[in-house]
Amino acid sequence: MAEPWEDDELDGPVRKFMYVNRRAPYGTIYALESLEVVLIAAAFEQDVSLVFMDDGVYQIKKEQNTDAIGVKNFSPTYRALEGYDVEKLYVEKESLESRGLTIDDLIVPVQVVEKDQLAELMEEQEVILSF
Amino acid sequence: MKLSVLVNEGPYQHQSADSAIQFTKAALEKGHEVYRVFFYHDGVNNGTRFAVPPQDDRNITHEWSSLAKEHGLDLVVCIAAAQRRGILDENEAKRQGKDGDNIAEGFRISGLGQLIEAGIQSDRLVIFGD
Repeated sequence: MAEPWEDDELDGPVRKFMYVNRRAPYGTIYALESLEVVLIAAAFEQDVSLVFMDDGVYQIKKEQNTDAIGVKNFSPTYRALEGYDVEKLYVEKESLESRGLTIDDLIVPVQVVEKDQLAELMEEQEVILSF
Repeated sequence: MKLSVLVNEGPYQHQSADSAIQFTKAALEKGHEVYRVFFYHDGVNNGTRFAVPPQDDRNITHEWSSLAKEHGLDLVVCIAAAQRRGILDENEAKRQGKDGDNIAEGFRISGLGQLIEAGIQSDRLVIFGD
C-alpha cells in the first residue's frame, strides 16, 4: 500500500530532469540520498538522465566493499535503475580517465561523454539537480 | 516567474540556509511566486523548533516560519531525510513510537515526490547547497 506521502498527483508536462552525481559514494550521504531521489522520481515518468562526474564516478565502480567502514554498500541499487526506466546514464570521460578507470570497471552500462558534450546535454535540460 | 527552492544544508553549519532565505525574500519582494521550499539532506534541520541559537544571532527556523506565515509559503521537509535526522511531526512521532515531535511552525513533512513535483510545476528550481 502506498504511504500517504507517496500519492502525489502527476500532472503537467514531461520535463527533462538531470541528476548530476559528483561526490564519492561514501564519506558523505549525498550519493545515497541522490539515488533515493532518482528512484522516487522514476515514478513521475519524466525524461531522466544521470551523470557521474568528478569523484561521482566511484559511485558506480564494481566490487565495492564497505565492510571495514560499517556502512551499507548501496551500489547494487544502481543496477535496479534500468527496471525503473532510468536508462540514460552518462559518465564524463575526463573524470573516468583521470581516476584510472574504464567502463569495464563500472557496474552499469553507461555512455561515456566528453566534457563539451556533457555541457551540451546540460544545456538541453529543464531541471538539473546536483549532488 | 514561478520558483521553487531546494535547501540541501543545515542551518548555521553552512550558509546555504541563509542564502535561501535571502533569495526567497528577494524573489517575493520582486513579485515572483514561490511555489515551494523543499528541505533535503541536512537541510531538514532548518525545520526543528528545538534549536536555540544565541540571542544575538539570527534564528533561521523563526525566519522561515515567519516567511511562511506572511506569504503562505509551502515549507516541505523530506520525510526520508527527516527520519534519519530525528525531525518529526506529530503523526510521524506517533507512527514511529517516539515521545515527542519537533517540527517548527509553518513546516510540513512529506515525500520526495514533492521535490519532483516542484521541479515539474515551477519555471525554475533554485538549489542552495554545496
